[in-house]
Amino acid sequence: MVHSRSAQRRWVAAIGLTSAAALVLTSCVQSERSQDSGTGGAAGGTFTFGAAGAPKLFDPMFATDGETFRVARQMFDGLTTFKPGTAEPAPSLAKEWSSTPDGLTWTFKLETGVKFHDGSDFNAEAVCFNFDRWYNLKGDAQSDAVSQYYVDNFGGFSDKPETSLYKSCAAEGADTAVVTLTKTTSKFPDILGLPSFSMQSPKALKEFNADDVKAQGDSFVFPAYANEHPTGTGPFKFGKYDKANNVVELVRNDDYWGEKTKLDKLVFRIIPDETARKQALQSGDIDGFDFPNAADWDSLKSGGFNVEVRPAFNVFYVGINQKRNPKLQDLKVRQALLHAINREQLVKSQLPEGAEVATQFIPKTVGGYADDVQKYEYSVDKAKSLLAEAGASDLTLKFYWPSEVSRPYMPSPKDLYGAIAADLQAAGIKVEAVTKPWNGGYLTDVDQGAQADLFLLGWTGDTGSADNWVGTFFGNPANRFNTGASAWGADLSAQLKTADAEPDRTKRYDLYKEINRKIMAEYVPALPISHSPPALVVKNTVKGITPSPLTDEKFVDVTVN
Amino acid sequence: MLRYTIRRLIQLVVVVLVLSLLVFSWLRALPGGPASALLGERGTEESRAALSKQLGLDQPIFVQYFKFLGRALTGDFGNSTGVQPGDAVVDIFLQRFPATIELSAFAMLIAIALGIPLGYLAARKRGGLFDNLSVGGSLIGVAVPVFFLAYLLKYVFASQLGWLPSAGRQSAGLDATRVTGFFVLDGFLTQEWDAALNALTHLVLPACALATIPFAVIFRITRAAVLDVLNEDYVRTAESKGLLGSVIRRRHILRNAMLPVVTTIGLQIGALLAGAVLTEKVFAFPGVGEALAIGFERRDYPVLQMFILVAAMIYVLVNLLVDLSYALIDPRIRAR
Repeated sequence: MVHSRSAQRRWVAAIGLTSAAALVLTSCVQSERSQDSGTGGAAGGTFTFGAAGAPKLFDPMFATDGETFRVARQMFDGLTTFKPGTAEPAPSLAKEWSSTPDGLTWTFKLETGVKFHDGSDFNAEAVCFNFDRWYNLKGDAQSDAVSQYYVDNFGGFSDKPETSLYKSCAAEGADTAVVTLTKTTSKFPDILGLPSFSMQSPKALKEFNADDVKAQGDSFVFPAYANEHPTGTGPFKFGKYDKANNVVELVRNDDYWGEKTKLDKLVFRIIPDETARKQALQSGDIDGFDFPNAADWDSLKSGGFNVEVRPAFNVFYVGINQKRNPKLQDLKVRQALLHAINREQLVKSQLPEGAEVATQFIPKTVGGYADDVQKYEYSVDKAKSLLAEAGASDLTLKFYWPSEVSRPYMPSPKDLYGAIAADLQAAGIKVEAVTKPWNGGYLTDVDQGAQADLFLLGWTGDTGSADNWVGTFFGNPANRFNTGASAWGADLSAQLKTADAEPDRTKRYDLYKEINRKIMAEYVPALPISHSPPALVVKNTVKGITPSPLTDEKFVDVTVN
Repeated sequence: MLRYTIRRLIQLVVVVLVLSLLVFSWLRALPGGPASALLGERGTEESRAALSKQLGLDQPIFVQYFKFLGRALTGDFGNSTGVQPGDAVVDIFLQRFPATIELSAFAMLIAIALGIPLGYLAARKRGGLFDNLSVGGSLIGVAVPVFFLAYLLKYVFASQLGWLPSAGRQSAGLDATRVTGFFVLDGFLTQEWDAALNALTHLVLPACALATIPFAVIFRITRAAVLDVLNEDYVRTAESKGLLGSVIRRRHILRNAMLPVVTTIGLQIGALLAGAVLTEKVFAFPGVGEALAIGFERRDYPVLQMFILVAAMIYVLVNLLVDLSYALIDPRIRAR
């Protein structure tokens, strides 16, 4: 075989050539990357943030998801905002505001000389245009899946019989808008700081047909405004959404009315996989990302990154559904469950540093928090004796926990479930585990037809008003806890409405304190477990982020060097 | 040949129809559903019921299927609820398909460029050190899960060494012109060399991860096929006739050994698409595979329906092409 030797040489040469090409390529890559990691440069620069999902659209009025809101917060301003690092309302496009003593008529004094990104003026008429826009949405745009924040907070549209919170708006000169409500609520004006109620350009809203939302197939289709022309007054303007590369780009608004941002560009790179986000940060492809796994905090810190821990503004609870199992309608049984769970230990072993045991359904920073609610110490004996008194020593409970998900209040559902279920079993309660994917049956089962006796769920607050917490949970007796199954369910609902409608802040807080005491002593509709601090992580060269309990971080002050 | 082709095409239509029914009813049988995906944890029993009614999800499943089929025939496969909410799934597919093709093609190129020569070499050096080493190596290639290798490559070359990017198709902030949707090709067409190179560097790690299995398979098949052919009488005859080595290799050994290799390459294209789901997810590479992975996590039914169906169609189509090219290479098959 004389011929084959030269042939082999040629093959080997080919392989060698390929490897050489690969090497050249790799070295090119290195020089290439040092240029394009956009974070360089003394002034300006690009801040690239890793997002866990694609924003649904860019009109926050029609959004319910955090990914959309995060982008919207950078492009839009509301009449009010939240003081950085807290849930307290603060001035934004409205410099100041006041209300009549009954809390029904609100006068907002506006910033002057403010322009929308399309050059049109922001003024009192624009404010009224926005309120009227929300109230007059028609057809499919009224769906809960489209305008959920409006429905939850304002309720009712102009063509529907249900009363809306909104009554009217009048422009008194260019810089004064007067908003009238149909009832008094503790939510107002705090809700005006939510991304959904941002001020948007009337000109652009009309030009790009912003309200034309349609149900189609299994989903909704949104108009050009929401996809390509969001127009606010914020420090960043919409750049582009490069769908082929999964990148959203915002650019600096040079005409911003407030302190202008130093960044040239703000980029959101969509990386749905959590490990992939972490590795993208480590390899320098992104400058930060949201909700790093608590188990990674230490290694990220020692790797030279800043883990910005937010104040805990959520509650993790074990939900009880009283409908399926009549024994759960006995207060003693529900109290026994609370005694049976070792919450101190759970917080220490399963939750990130800074997590606390929840004594009630709101965190300390929310007005109406009561220091003197009934406490339930961990005691297996007490749990057993309460169960015996209730004739429920042979209790068997169907206990749901969600798979394939982690939430800010519930970093690892599986581990939390394991700890809680073990505690319940130690108190002699039999537990039947049911697990389903979050969107693959868990949420529907928990909400529909009383499928679960116990379930894991929680809540992150939108505002610092107690109504956003206990009102959301127990305001409607047909809630996911089925409080309506007990006589007190309707009472609780009525008390919550009275408290929400009390215009005097001190009196209102007292009413909520009383409600919280009753919830923990007489009702126990679910078991509050913990408040956990979520975090975001950035490179240590990134400055200017104030972690917000509402995840309301504005990137206007960010510098990357 | 024409009759053979027509017969195979009719089979294809039937297969696709049956598949659509299977995929649709399987997805609808899964718990959860679009209403839950759209409303999330803030939804209530009332709002979920209202939304299901609004979207027609409360209708009998066969009514829903025929509606779906009717719309699908006009090219409307619905809108995404989780991957890129609100976007038509056809658009999402069209945006993402070039990414997957680009990645798979690059991976296939690597697999073929290494698999065939190495397989040939191993066969010619049968039993030697090189043969043993490469056979052992290819075994590992088949055995190691793609996602594990993907994570490993990323950990070493992106996170630790920082040589290559770990996510996406192109650096964010790079203003590249898009022509065809194939980023590397676009860079060449517009002579934006930076953009082309940047896209190429984003392809290296995922393509290497994705190439392992097809490489290992192609290597082993080539090796086995060449070994078979080497034992054939006509090779020995050719050699005894004193024909040139290059002629023997081209006409006698390679050409005859290529038949099973071509089949294998075709079948590996299907495997590539399956591998792309994991690889794209690990590298946040916005292709069809990533959309499928996210679609499952978020229960994006419209995306899953269309993507699974199209993936199945591609698989069936590729098989058809393999069979046809097989028939072209070997006339005996046509006659059957």
